[in-house]
Amino acid sequence: MKTEPLSSRRLRRKPFVSVWWWVTGIVLSSLFLIPLVTMLLSTFKSRTELGMKPPTLLPRELTLDNWQRLFDPSAGLIQSTMNSAIVSLGTVALTVVVSALAGYGFGRFRFRGSGVLFFVVLAGLMVPFTVLLTPLLVVLRGMGLSNNLFGVMLVYTVYQLPFCIFIMRNAFSGIPNEIEEAALMDGCTRVGVFRRIFIPLVIPGIVTSAIFAFLNSWNEFLAALVLLTDQEKFTLPIMLAVRQVGKFGTVDWGLLDTGIVVSMIPCLLIFFLLQRYYVSGIFSGAAK
Amino acid sequence: MSVDAVPIRRSRRRRSDSWIGVASISPAILLITVLFVVPLVLMLWMSLNNWSFLGKPTFIGLENYVRAFTTDTTFVNSIVFTLVYTVIITPILFVGGLALALFVKRPGKASGLFRTIFFTPYVVGFAAASFLWLWFVNDSVGPISAATSAFGIDLDQTSWLVEKWPGLVVVITMVTWKVIGFQMILLLSGLQGVPEELLEAAAIDGAGWFRRLFSVILPLMKPTVIMVLVFSISGSLLAFEQFFLITTGRPNNETITAVYWIYNVSFTKFELGYGAALSVVMLVLLLVVTAIQLKFLKGRSDED
Repeated sequence: MKTEPLSSRRLRRKPFVSVWWWVTGIVLSSLFLIPLVTMLLSTFKSRTELGMKPPTLLPRELTLDNWQRLFDPSAGLIQSTMNSAIVSLGTVALTVVVSALAGYGFGRFRFRGSGVLFFVVLAGLMVPFTVLLTPLLVVLRGMGLSNNLFGVMLVYTVYQLPFCIFIMRNAFSGIPNEIEEAALMDGCTRVGVFRRIFIPLVIPGIVTSAIFAFLNSWNEFLAALVLLTDQEKFTLPIMLAVRQVGKFGTVDWGLLDTGIVVSMIPCLLIFFLLQRYYVSGIFSGAAK
Repeated sequence: MSVDAVPIRRSRRRRSDSWIGVASISPAILLITVLFVVPLVLMLWMSLNNWSFLGKPTFIGLENYVRAFTTDTTFVNSIVFTLVYTVIITPILFVGGLALALFVKRPGKASGLFRTIFFTPYVVGFAAASFLWLWFVNDSVGPISAATSAFGIDLDQTSWLVEKWPGLVVVITMVTWKVIGFQMILLLSGLQGVPEELLEAAAIDGAGWFRRLFSVILPLMKPTVIMVLVFSISGSLLAFEQFFLITTGRPNNETITAVYWIYNVSFTKFELGYGAALSVVMLVLLLVVTAIQLKFLKGRSDED
């Protein structure tokens, strides 16, 4: 973020404004954080406390009961967390490899039809896959990939590709020709140039692609809801929706809250740890 | 989304090398063909058929489209509801996002901290945020109920998720909480592009705060404003999770959005052909809205 020189003159003149600025900032911050913090804290409430009426705002005693139950296989949450992890990491791997190759092809070569093909890739940005789910289900059924985690992974990958290829193409075409020519002259092979020279130079693009491929597939709801039908294949958001309805009409809030927190943790960690890449991705249009 | 790509460096590369380029884009082209181009074309074909989940499809011409706009009142209502939702949420997010951006524009560490805090809810998924708010407003376990009863207030929350307007208020609150920080960050980058000297000059010329905002700041950050509106409007037109999970369409499908109705038609009634036709209508609507906005952007920036 760009910062301007602090206008100390203005601050000295209006200490009153500054006080209100702080008050407003703290009040607003609390409004933004209260839902997240209260939910996190409630995962440490005991089951008796969760059943109390009226409910308690903060836990009276802290227990790890809900977190322990999360790992109970019969709750199904650990299975769906694993499914989400498999789908998201698989999507990241596929997306990174396919879009790096495509970025290389589009960014470093010109051949007949490359312009048209790149346009087709970018067209994917205009068509949200929400509106394509009906025919997608038919296509995946035809390929024998409906109700299949790999099928979901492929769908997620395809819908990450337009943005990621766009990023990778720009990264590759920004590399000066001289670097490549010098390496080739010194006897480096094309594969060698790609691996040892290009890849290290496009790492920022790869990290940005990987972050958004992960987050978008980890958080995706509608396609998983449509494409997966067996409970043991559900991803975490779908499983949470099932728990939300509850068995026999009673919702196990302790378990549900813990599952929700689990579904938020990777997003928050990635945001806080890789903020620089995250924000640069936002500005190149990764999130809408 | 800006599509002005870095120009390709044309090298004196031999033509015989171009197969490497073709080979390296082929995995991407294969995937995009099978799971984007084919479904897109198939969708158009399906929309002209009576296509159920199992039986054989039968060609029925434009009947699905006629049905969408004549007998299927739920679809028309869902489009109207989606537009109402978009018309309400867009100015809330924009004005709120702009206000937050102006608020955190001040330099310094505290500003940076506030920015991060306001942005944080954006990083969690829409489904997770919906679950969180369902819990937050739940009358038997949620903090709102806990806080009000702690103050001895007997708040009746039973209607919140069951009636149309209270449900919509809960959804709008959730979406505002989640998305406003995103708009703030984008608008802040636009604000920071406005030269400080221009604002000082305007102030010296006697322009008040509002005058400076509407006559200097907003016109100068027009591209950012349009980009934010394009994201926000197309996102709202595609709203699904927040209604599917929070209001579940209650009461009587009155809070069903267009995507939600397409989901119901295709995947709970399994009328895939009809669902495809509704998807085509939705896609056309989205493309028209985006085209209008981009046209607006182009027309407006030509004036400068």
